[in-house]
Amino acid sequence: MHGIQLAAIDYVIMVIYFVFVLGIGFALKAYMKTSSAFLMSGRSIPAWITGLAFISTNLGALEVIGMGASGAKYGMATCHFYWVGAIPAMIFLGLFMMPFYYGSKARSVPEYLKMRFDEKTRAFNAISFAVMTIFASGISMYAMAKLMETLLGWSFETSILISAVIVLGYTYLGGLTSAIYNEVLQFFLIVAGFLPLVYLAMKDLGGWERMQGLLTKVAQKNNFGDGAWTNSWRYLTGPNANPMGVDWFGMVMGLGFVLSFGYWCTNFLVVQRAMAADSMSAARRTPLIGAFPKMFIPFLVILPGMIAMALTQQAAATGSGFALPLKGNAYDYDAAIPLMLGQYFPPGVLGLGLTALLASFMSGMAGNVTAFNTVWTYDIYQSYLRPNKSDQHYLWMGRMATIFGVVVSIAAAYLARQFNNIMDFLQLIFAFVNAPLFATFLLGMFWKRATGNGAFWGLLIGTSAAAAHHGLTIPGQETALIKGGWLGTVVHHYPSEMAQNFWTATFAWTACFVMTIVISLLTTQRKSDEDLKGLVYALTPRPKEGHLPWYSRPAFLAIVVGIMTVALNIIFW
Amino acid sequence: MGLDIRIPIGAMFAILGALLMVYGFLSDPSLYQRSLGMNVNLWWGIVLLAFGLIMLWLAKMASGRNKTAARQ
Repeated sequence: MHGIQLAAIDYVIMVIYFVFVLGIGFALKAYMKTSSAFLMSGRSIPAWITGLAFISTNLGALEVIGMGASGAKYGMATCHFYWVGAIPAMIFLGLFMMPFYYGSKARSVPEYLKMRFDEKTRAFNAISFAVMTIFASGISMYAMAKLMETLLGWSFETSILISAVIVLGYTYLGGLTSAIYNEVLQFFLIVAGFLPLVYLAMKDLGGWERMQGLLTKVAQKNNFGDGAWTNSWRYLTGPNANPMGVDWFGMVMGLGFVLSFGYWCTNFLVVQRAMAADSMSAARRTPLIGAFPKMFIPFLVILPGMIAMALTQQAAATGSGFALPLKGNAYDYDAAIPLMLGQYFPPGVLGLGLTALLASFMSGMAGNVTAFNTVWTYDIYQSYLRPNKSDQHYLWMGRMATIFGVVVSIAAAYLARQFNNIMDFLQLIFAFVNAPLFATFLLGMFWKRATGNGAFWGLLIGTSAAAAHHGLTIPGQETALIKGGWLGTVVHHYPSEMAQNFWTATFAWTACFVMTIVISLLTTQRKSDEDLKGLVYALTPRPKEGHLPWYSRPAFLAIVVGIMTVALNIIFW
Repeated sequence: MGLDIRIPIGAMFAILGALLMVYGFLSDPSLYQRSLGMNVNLWWGIVLLAFGLIMLWLAKMASGRNKTAARQ
């Protein structure tokens, strides 16, 4: 990657951002008097803030860079991650699952599992989540440090130190509220940093039609149909018809249903933001409000990647102009966004763009750390290590867990630097664990006969099924064990990693779903109807929204989001 | 929770916007060859400043409403 030169003004912008971020932490310090205030924001945050934080915490730089890379590599079909993946899951979460998360007064996702099922189910979820989320935080740090190293020449250690100090600073001082406020700040910063990029890049290219024309040539060069890079649905007829290597069924089931519902509906990182809302209706509206900007984020992060690919094609034809560099046999897709920033932004907005990137890395880290410290304090420490202590003790523990979380993140970042495959490994584990978890929650919330034993063993079996499926299949021509086929025999070859991923998730979900039902029917239900009130659909009174104006009601918001998303799918099909 | 988030957001964007605007005014036009001749700093700076001021104004409106409510 070529370096980017920063001018004084760019550094000034960065410093201003850091000052505000820490300033917010300091300003909130006075309110952090209880563990509930520190770890759960005292459930006092308005819906528009939790809504923006909800999507922003997920908009880490891995996603920003990654979506740009995917836009270049796969084209418009990448939008499915948003329009088929995230949005339906967010609607489902807001309408159907938040009443149980929020109404049960559970302080975390694992705590809901304890209330609904039993301790061992909670322990499984709490421990796997705690480990994964802190590693995810470390990987955020690593990715940022690596990017800053190649882009700006900052030493790895400097980036790690700066991000650790700042994130620890504001999360230690202001807890979850500080993380949430900064996530909202980061959201606006990303829009501020990327909107001009899309405008300038599109203008340079000559418009949407011109981009389509160039991408048609790219598709033809790669032996796909003309619109493979610019249509999202039309070329999903089979794995050989599109660069992603998936068919529409695998995509809808794997990504649309299992993977994204598994993430958005059960991952405490995002659910925590909705749980911090100031009322039941605010909690339900959180993912729905977040869905509105989420729908349009593809135009901020995926489109630049597509433009980069189009420009590269243009450069190949004319011999000059912006082009993606090569990395081995393929293009260096990850370089798309950073290089575009350097290409079009003069000093000034360049600092803004880079600060937006930095901000998203940091808030990804902070989100993971605040989710970790809550799960550690309430689900592991208070439940198993030191129960029955005073709230001030748990507040102290929450703070210590924050420090501990950042320290372990740093270790994980260095580990990731040593073992390049760590990132792939973590993605894998996430998929193994998240997909079956969604089946567990679905049954838990909508079928009162689901028992603790059913849930626990179903989860275990589902996760093992995911591992087994991965161990028995190989994508493309891969030989590295991290890609699959480590169980000796290879039962099936998938045309791409993504296809393998989708089907692993589908298998895992199905295994967990079926086994949870079977084992539940074979074991006794230890919870009475009274125990399960507020935790299961059949035993919970419908949330009352009569007092809200019609445009604020979750159902209405959901319908509008749904219609708009379908429209986007149709327009770009 | 005590601090109205619109205040720091508004303040930061107002400051950044003003900074970019001034820099845009004072900088050498040759800098903007990259951005297709457009003085992005100036134009985007104006937009960000406006956004920041709107946020601050919204915060002020909200606190005014709260004070009235509290008095009643």
